Amino acid sequence: MLSSGLTLIFSMMGVLNFAHASFYMLGAYFAYQTGLVFGFWPALFLAPILVGVVGAITERYGLRKVHKFGHVAELLFTFGLAYVIEEVVHLIWGRAPVDYRIPESLNFTLFTLFNTQYPAYRAFMMIISVGMLISLFLVLTKTRIGLIVQASLTHPDMVQALGHNVPRVFMLVFAGGCALAGLAGVLGGNLFITEPGMAFAVGSIVFVVVVVGGMGSLVGAFIASLLIGAIQTFSIGLDLSFIDLMGVLGVVIDSNSSWYAGLSITISQTAPVLPYLLMVLMLIVRPRGLMGTRES
Amino acid sequence: MELGDTMNRHALSLIDVRKRFGQTKIINGVNLEIVAGERHALIGPNGAGKSTLFNLISGRFPVSSGSIALNGSDITNKEPQVINRLGLSRSFQITNIFPKLSVFENLRCSVLWVLGYRYSFLRRISALRDAKESAERTLEMIGLKDRREKMAGELTYAEQRALEIGITIASGANVILLDEPTAGMSRSETDTAVELISRVTEGKTLLMVEHDMGVVFDLADRISVLVYGEVIASGTPAEIRMSKKVQEAYLGTQIDGDEE
Amino acid sequence: MERVFNKSRLILWGSVALVFALLPLLFPGGFALSMLSQLGIAIIFALSYNMLLGQTGLLSFGHAVYFGLGAFMTAHAINFVEEGAFGLPISFMPLVGGLTGLVFSLFLGFVTTRRPGTPFAMISLGIAEMVAASALMFTTFFGGEGGIVTDRTAGGAVWGVSYGPQVQVYYLIAVWCFISMALMFVITRTPLGQIANAVRDNPERTQFIGYNPTRVRWIMMSLAGFFAGIGGALTTINYEIITAESLGLMASGNVVLMAFIGGIGQFWGPIVGAVLVTFLQSALSNFTQAWLLYFGLLFLLIILFSPGGISSLIAMHGPLWRAGMMKRLMPSYVSALCSGGVTLIGIIGVIELLYRGTLLVGVHVAFTWIVAGFLVLVGAFFLRRAIRSVAQAWEDLSPDLAKWS
Ligand SMILES: Nc1ncnc2c1ncn2[C@@H]1O[C@H](COP(=O)(O)OP(=O)(O)O)[C@@H](O)[C@H]1O
Ligand SMILES: [Mg+2]
Repeated sequence: MLSSGLTLIFSMMGVLNFAHASFYMLGAYFAYQTGLVFGFWPALFLAPILVGVVGAITERYGLRKVHKFGHVAELLFTFGLAYVIEEVVHLIWGRAPVDYRIPESLNFTLFTLFNTQYPAYRAFMMIISVGMLISLFLVLTKTRIGLIVQASLTHPDMVQALGHNVPRVFMLVFAGGCALAGLAGVLGGNLFITEPGMAFAVGSIVFVVVVVGGMGSLVGAFIASLLIGAIQTFSIGLDLSFIDLMGVLGVVIDSNSSWYAGLSITISQTAPVLPYLLMVLMLIVRPRGLMGTRES
Repeated sequence: MELGDTMNRHALSLIDVRKRFGQTKIINGVNLEIVAGERHALIGPNGAGKSTLFNLISGRFPVSSGSIALNGSDITNKEPQVINRLGLSRSFQITNIFPKLSVFENLRCSVLWVLGYRYSFLRRISALRDAKESAERTLEMIGLKDRREKMAGELTYAEQRALEIGITIASGANVILLDEPTAGMSRSETDTAVELISRVTEGKTLLMVEHDMGVVFDLADRISVLVYGEVIASGTPAEIRMSKKVQEAYLGTQIDGDEE
Repeated sequence: MERVFNKSRLILWGSVALVFALLPLLFPGGFALSMLSQLGIAIIFALSYNMLLGQTGLLSFGHAVYFGLGAFMTAHAINFVEEGAFGLPISFMPLVGGLTGLVFSLFLGFVTTRRPGTPFAMISLGIAEMVAASALMFTTFFGGEGGIVTDRTAGGAVWGVSYGPQVQVYYLIAVWCFISMALMFVITRTPLGQIANAVRDNPERTQFIGYNPTRVRWIMMSLAGFFAGIGGALTTINYEIITAESLGLMASGNVVLMAFIGGIGQFWGPIVGAVLVTFLQSALSNFTQAWLLYFGLLFLLIILFSPGGISSLIAMHGPLWRAGMMKRLMPSYVSALCSGGVTLIGIIGVIELLYRGTLLVGVHVAFTWIVAGFLVLVGAFFLRRAIRSVAQAWEDLSPDLAKWS
């Protein structure tokens, strides 16, 4: 769910942002810090705004300068930025996870289904992210600002000629994207764990989602994130090994054979690899991705 | 297959070629035959689809329907490099060179495949005499000898246009497509370019898009007129000049008034 | 100019070989030797990376995959030698690594090079993740957390070379480093190398001169994988242990830093980067925990202000040097250097205070903070002015320079 939110922003901005997951992390840390002072609810609003401001500064004084050196430089810039943000987080909050917790008021079980408890906080997260996505969609497609933003992304020169400040639009879009990533961090940081490694953990999955879904396709990204989520959840639940599978097929492997060790891996152990495998397969079968329209 | 008939005589033959971008029909059933060895000009108002037609012939875009043959063999929807290896070379309306290579390197790159060096990494490029000589010859021809070591991206516009033509002709392809080679040039630059084009396409087949009517009537053996994605007339310069249809659709408004 | 091995170039390569040969005599200490060995490996790795980024325009975030796989395969090969399963002198083990890198990059490159630009970067990252995740899965081959341990003396002594002492390992690395450097240089001077540049600049146009850009990228990537694998094999021999970290994202990111900081526009740029980064890394990491931050900042600075890296900064001065105009730049450079130095000290002060501030107590802390902050502000103020005067000095020079050349 989280990564789908991240991905949507990705595609919207056109600029591939390596540091996006870092802004997600910053969101979590800012929420933790402001939460200490003001409590969770104000932090829910403050932290994304702060992240947005950081994003705006990044665009204004960083990305915009490297833009003229081309895509590779942009990519490298965000890559370096991810490095620096991670280190700055080390610097300020240390290497250990910080104690960023779900607020008491939401820390109860909403309902119980098939013996699994469904926590209220997850529902809350779901509501906020879906709400956010819907309003984003509406703003982008139904309002004048949205039209200007979309036009600026596809035909910057034209929009500039019409008298809009395109660089400002870019900056705001970038800042908005960062703020959304920050919001995801605020919501996800306490559900999972807020630590310097969290950006890395999310970042690469987001990438897979974008590639599988197809560059620049919102719907594709959405489907891909659901697909990957499903595959992972499903495979983690399967505690079968390849040996068992072959047993079903009537092949018995001697536990002394050299193949044994390799094949005794259970499917749940392969879970971390599956998304990437899916991505590689996708590239072979359909280089554009699920819903991709653009080449390169 | 009907392509077979045109085998010997036609360097290029297009049969009912169509192209749509989404819902917009840009090329609407073009039939065109370019005789081997002739200089053929393609004229027509802006947006008629001339560059698009070039892109279809050279494999940059796939056709929506129809077929294209080069020297009798079918090249419809083949990849650009495959078409190029069959002996068709093209230039671009918008300058399309290798900006960070030197002028000399630009030209040398353009002859490597033809000379059979392909992807070799076992030979030193500087030891390839034929590639060097061929590149030098082209360099001389396009008049950029004293720009030899300059980065292509640093050339003036006219020089880049000359290099664009140079890259196109360097390989010695026998069918050459030039897309507005003199666009944006001054009078004297145009004259030099025309002189160059007529010299380097000696004995070859040339298809070129050109807006300058002086150039067209000077250079072309035959002319085709493309309007709204259809060839409305094809013939010798004299025939085209006389054609009622063309005068109505095109020349009447364009030649009297100022061009563009 | 036209020949690959003309006289001055032969002299240059000769002196490189000489330096490689003499270095251990100048720095015989244990630390220096292991440092030099590391440098040799880093140079191979960074140069092989630049075959992708600098020469073909492929931004890969997964180059360590080929380095690491080469390293693991070498470790197993050495262990096989030890078991007597097959015989290959340790001196030629880098070939095992290289071939492994080649095979994998042929295979994976076929998938990844189908799309250039940003998609390529993402896919390379995805593949790197996949391999890294698999490394934790297939413990038989990758040895899990502990990695694979080998014994480089397994082959016994050949002509008195047993690879017991570090200095022998250094020379092995030096020889392979030299060979790889020379080969990679020569490749830049071949039809393939030239076309790779063309593909980097304008892939579409290469199609219209008969080339298939995907094929060019694929071949370049395979060759780069080969040299990366050689580097990996040398790492295995050097450390006698190899863990999954060596093919991870950190390692891939590191080589991006090296190549870019050094400069991807010149052949020798990545060498500068490899030396600088490796050296600073091991030097800085002894002094401060924040060394990664310093690297990140250096990297960002270079992207923002000198995207050609250090080597292009140096190369930029070549014509001036020859024209004898360097001294006209000196005053502005000196002032930039001084103010830059002050700023740097101030920034370092702030960063280090953040890291260790809690360890100190009392007036000291407040005082140091004030000093550091003051240095940053003052330094930055003068640095701005100095940068402007440098730009001015360059501008003043350019008409004269144009005349001279
Ligand atoms: N890739 C494309 N996608 C959509 N429309 C295109 C594309 N290329 C060209 N067109 C359209 O096709 C029409 C013909 O363009 P072009 O072939 O460049 O005309 P000409 O060269 O005759 O001036 C134009 O209206 C142009 O907008
Ligand atoms: Mg045109």
